[in-house]
Amino acid sequence: MKDFKSPLSRARGLGSARSGTSHWWSQRISAIALIPLGLWLCLSLVMIASYDHAQAVEWIRSPINGIGLTLAIIALFYHASLGLQTIAEDYLSAEWLKIGAIIVIRLSAIALSATAVFSVLRIALGE
Amino acid sequence: MVDGRQIGEKKRKRSYDLHMNRHRPTSPHLQIYRLPLVALISISHRITGVILVAGAIALVGWLAAIASGAEIYACARAFLGSLVGRLLLFAFTFSFFFHFANGIRHLFWDTGAGFALDSARKSGIAVIAFAVVMTVLAWILGYAMR
Repeated sequence: MKDFKSPLSRARGLGSARSGTSHWWSQRISAIALIPLGLWLCLSLVMIASYDHAQAVEWIRSPINGIGLTLAIIALFYHASLGLQTIAEDYLSAEWLKIGAIIVIRLSAIALSATAVFSVLRIALGE
Repeated sequence: MVDGRQIGEKKRKRSYDLHMNRHRPTSPHLQIYRLPLVALISISHRITGVILVAGAIALVGWLAAIASGAEIYACARAFLGSLVGRLLLFAFTFSFFFHFANGIRHLFWDTGAGFALDSARKSGIAVIAFAVVMTVLAWILGYAMR
């Protein structure tokens, strides 16, 4: 039987990640976002590491810090889930294990970032 | 009909094959092959990335502890202040600065710059130096802020 697919459409969706370019772009864009956000987050955490509860709450309630934390958390977990996905694709050869791991990675990243953002909002907007 | 010369020939061939297989150059296997610096930094990028995932989970725990109130935050603070907590925080700090600098190195590579072996080695050494210096500075800053 004649195959009417073009060579491009036959190649699409193949490869370990099924779609390579968008993953690559998302990885780089989140990496670029994390250059300022990651540096700010790391240095801030170093500075406030010794804060007691009241001081930590006050720090997070400041809008700049609350927005910064929210953005950093989203970029961080997005970047982390893409990176862990690549590691799963490289080292897990059994198809069911690979797909299972990617599902767990994606859902965990969403659950963890939602928990973190909710915590920031609760601290910032509470009382 | 098989004559003796033929059998001898077969035996010789088998022993030749065995010999060749045993003495063939093997491909560099990870367990016996000393990784060059550039390769060592490459795998370290992955390892520090995974360590930073643990750090990100710790960050979620820290934020959730603050949101849960003063008593639970005091527990989190006590753990982070313990020896194990400090070692973890140290690993997170070093991993962050390493992954940060090496990530920027990767972004330069994406533009096609710095691919030559010599410049890749130099930028690799710069990444390690940056990570070590920044980790030490961050901890000096952290202790100074107490």
